[in-house]
Amino acid sequence: MPNSRIKVPKNAKAGDNIEIRAMIMHPMENGYNFDTQGTTIPVHIITDFVCTYDGAEVVRIQLQPGLSANPYFSFFLTATQSGPVDFTWTDQDGTITKNSATLLVT
Amino acid sequence: MLLSVVTLPVSATDEETAAAIKQEYGERVPTPGRVTLTLPPIAESGNSVPLTLAIESPMSEDDRVLRASIFANRNPRPLIATAIFGPKCGRPAFSTNIRLNGTQDVIGIAQMSDLSLWSAQVRVLVTVGACDALQLRY
Amino acid sequence: MKRTGPRGLADLGLCMLVAAAWPAAIVSSQTPRSGYTYLSEATRQLQDDDFANPGMLWVDKGLRLWTQAAGSAAQSCQSCHGQARESMRSVAARYPAYSPAIGHVINLEQQINRCRVLRLKVSALSYESEDLLALTAFISHQAKGLPMQVRIDGPAASSFARGKTFFYRRRGQFNLSCANCHEQHVGSRLHGELITQGQINGFPIYRELWQTMGSTHRMFTWCNQAVRAEPYTPGSQIYVDLELFERWRGQSLPIEAPAVRR
Repeated sequence: MPNSRIKVPKNAKAGDNIEIRAMIMHPMENGYNFDTQGTTIPVHIITDFVCTYDGAEVVRIQLQPGLSANPYFSFFLTATQSGPVDFTWTDQDGTITKNSATLLVT
Repeated sequence: MLLSVVTLPVSATDEETAAAIKQEYGERVPTPGRVTLTLPPIAESGNSVPLTLAIESPMSEDDRVLRASIFANRNPRPLIATAIFGPKCGRPAFSTNIRLNGTQDVIGIAQMSDLSLWSAQVRVLVTVGACDALQLRY
Repeated sequence: MKRTGPRGLADLGLCMLVAAAWPAAIVSSQTPRSGYTYLSEATRQLQDDDFANPGMLWVDKGLRLWTQAAGSAAQSCQSCHGQARESMRSVAARYPAYSPAIGHVINLEQQINRCRVLRLKVSALSYESEDLLALTAFISHQAKGLPMQVRIDGPAASSFARGKTFFYRRRGQFNLSCANCHEQHVGSRLHGELITQGQINGFPIYRELWQTMGSTHRMFTWCNQAVRAEPYTPGSQIYVDLELFERWRGQSLPIEAPAVRR
C-alpha cells in the first residue's frame, strides 16, 4: 500500500474553514517516459482522491496524468463536529489507500 | 522485435483545448471572473508547478460551486484535474502541483450550482517542460 | 619561438607547477554554495515545507522501516540504535567514512546494508530501491542542518585522491570533466538550466526531473550519461570515492536532506 501523509489540525471551532493537506507516494506515470531499453512505461496514475468527514464529502478530485508525481492537495473543510477525517486514494488498477485523522471541534 | 513505439507528447491546439472543456462542461461559454488562478510567472521546471485555484462563492445551500477543473492549453492532454466540492467544503479552493509541457496558458473553469461557468486564464513561462527532457530511467 | 635549453626547461617546470596547482587553486577559491541557492522561489518553498516536501514521503517510510522488526533475529534498527533522532543525529554528516572492518571507505547506504546483513540477518537492499532510499533519507534527515564533515586523512586518503582525480578527469563523447561545468562554468546556462556547483549536501534528493527520490550515485550516473560517458555501477567504489571528494569539497554546507532539486 503506497505511503501517504495527511495534515489535519488537531482542533477547530465549529464553523471554521480549516486547511487540510494530503499527499501520497505515487509515480503518476504519464505514458511518455521510457526505460533504458526504450520501452515506453505505460500510463499508471491514481484516478480518484476523496476526503470525507461527518458523513459527507469534503472534496473529491479526479486526477489526470497532468498532475505531478506524488500528488499533493490542499483544500478546506468546514468544521462541524468532532470525528474522523477520512482520506481515500484509488489507483487506476483499483488499489485503495486509506488514511485518517481525528478532528476535535469545540 | 527491436522497433519500439514511443508515444510522443504532442502539444494540444486551442481547438483541442476548447473541445476538452466542452467535453467536461458542455456547450456553455465560460465567463471570465470569480475564479482566481495563482501560479508562479516563471516555472524553472515544468515537472512540478504549484497552483492554487480559488473561487468566489457564498457556498450556501442554493448558491455554491459544484466543481472546478484545471486545463493547460499546450499539454498533450489539456485536462489536468477536476475537483468536486462536497457539502463539507465551505471554502471552494484547492492547491496542487501540475506538469506543464512548456510555456502556455493554464485555464481554470468553475461550474456553479446554477450551472453557470466562470473562468480564469494565467500565462506561465516554463524553462524546461515536463515532456521536453524525455525521461530515461537513469 | 626558439628557446635555449635551460630556459625551456624552467618554462616547462613552471607550466607543470601551474598545472599541478591549478585544480587546487580553483577548489579553494570557490566558496561552497548549496544547490538550494540556485533554486527558484517556488522550489525553495517546496523544500522548506515540512509537509509538502515530497522527500518527506521517503523519510516517513524510513521511520517505519527503522522500527520494523525484520529477519531471523526479529530485530529492528531501533532495537540497537534506539530513537534515531538521538543516535543518528550526526551520522550522515561524516559519511562516506573509512570502515576498519571492511578495509575501505564506504558510504551511508553501504553501512546501512552492512548493519542489515550482519546484525538483522536480512538481505542487503539493492541500490536505488525505495527501501534503501527511504532509510538513507531518514538517517540523513536526522542530521539536517549539520555541516558535512568527512575525514580525508589516514586510511581515507587514497579514496579521496581517486575521487578528486575522477572529478577533474575529462570523460565521454563531450570530453567534459565534472570541474569543467561545476567549477569553470558555474552560473552559466546549459539549455536554460543554470549550472550549479554540483554540491551534494542535499542528498538524497527529490529530483523533479526524476519525479522521485535519488541518491548521489544516481546523480553521478545521470551526469556521466549526460556527457555521453559510460556510467559506473551505482554502489561501485569509484562513485563512493567521488562522493567522499564531493562531501569534502562542500564541507561546511549544511545537510538539507531531503532536498528538492530540479
